[in-house]
Amino acid sequence: MTVAWAFDAILAATVLAVACWTMAIRDTFAAVVGFVAYGLLLALVWVRLTAPDVALTEAAIGGGLTGVLLLGAAARLRPAQAAAAAETPGLALRLVTGVGCALISAALAAAVLLLPDPAPSLAPAAVADLPAIGVGNPITGVLMAYRALDTLLETVVLLLGLIGVWSLTPDSFWGGVPGPQHPARTDDALVFLARLLPPVGIVIGVYLLWVGKDEPGGAFQGGALLAAMWLLAMMAGLAKAPPTSRRWLRLVLVAGPLVFLAIGLAGLALAGAFLAYPEAYAKPLIMIIEVAKMLSVAATLGLLVAGSPERTPSR
Amino acid sequence: MSLVLDIFTVLAVSTGAFFFLAGTVGLLRFPDALARLHALTKADNLGLGLVVLGLLPRADGALGALKLIVVWLLVLLAGATVSQLLARVARRAGPSA
Repeated sequence: MTVAWAFDAILAATVLAVACWTMAIRDTFAAVVGFVAYGLLLALVWVRLTAPDVALTEAAIGGGLTGVLLLGAAARLRPAQAAAAAETPGLALRLVTGVGCALISAALAAAVLLLPDPAPSLAPAAVADLPAIGVGNPITGVLMAYRALDTLLETVVLLLGLIGVWSLTPDSFWGGVPGPQHPARTDDALVFLARLLPPVGIVIGVYLLWVGKDEPGGAFQGGALLAAMWLLAMMAGLAKAPPTSRRWLRLVLVAGPLVFLAIGLAGLALAGAFLAYPEAYAKPLIMIIEVAKMLSVAATLGLLVAGSPERTPSR
Repeated sequence: MSLVLDIFTVLAVSTGAFFFLAGTVGLLRFPDALARLHALTKADNLGLGLVVLGLLPRADGALGALKLIVVWLLVLLAGATVSQLLARVARRAGPSA
């Protein structure tokens, strides 16, 4: 018991230290590295809080894909970094920012510390109705049944993010190929990895989706893994990024929200409410939505990292 | 039998932890990028390998043991590749980097 307590204390202290270091460091690249380490440590914290679903997402999104996104941003900002570092905000602005952040932290700490003990929980009610939905993992049950509207909007928000990135495209490249051209390399460790790893990664991604109904996992974690495999192949020059005007690509991007919405609307007629499932078909319907969602998440995350179109399609 | 397995686990995990410690000290103290990478690979390969080896008798079933071994193999693959890429950049940047 005491060993676990000591581990938790060290972990919490390390997370705080890495967070402070990430904020204090002036170099953008170093800050991104700190942020990735912070994401991985946070995943460990979620494991210690027995929330493996959140831990998986944090490791895949917070530590992984966000890290890659920020690295790309840091590389683009490098020319302007010296100028940005030379600008120091005035004392008043710094004071206001500091006080504002301290207030938010204090309010969050108060909210957590002032929770009644035991904290109010809907967990027993959620678990009690799980057999009706047919999924064993309560997280998946909550995401896909009780709070399906939130999950639906989440998939739409992800798509909006990609539309935001695409809207930065110069007119001449609209519908073109995203990101810089990665030269095809032949004798490279990266190419070797990009040949060896995707079969394993794709199997694990699909596995995460499939066990997601009963164990930690799900469409988001699986989709993030598929996106990582796709990006690896693109960075090694083995796969070409598709032009963003392709009809099939756009279909894959909207497949998740579209299938979700269609099944939700069908629920209006068959089960009496928007996003309600007929009880006998709840589990297969949820799995159909999850498969479509995984494809959309994988395509959206991959294209988010690839960036806005910068080239006309090459012949 | 279980006592032997316990001793084996403690020994292997402790040795693995020692390699992680040594690798970290090397990462912090070694003078240039290539030497630091060399220190890091000891932690990745031997350190994690010994920790996995020590945990094998404690895995729940053959499938759990297999998962542990796969984790180690994947880390080996990723570690070796990233080391290659970093070393290439370090060599291109020159000895001062």
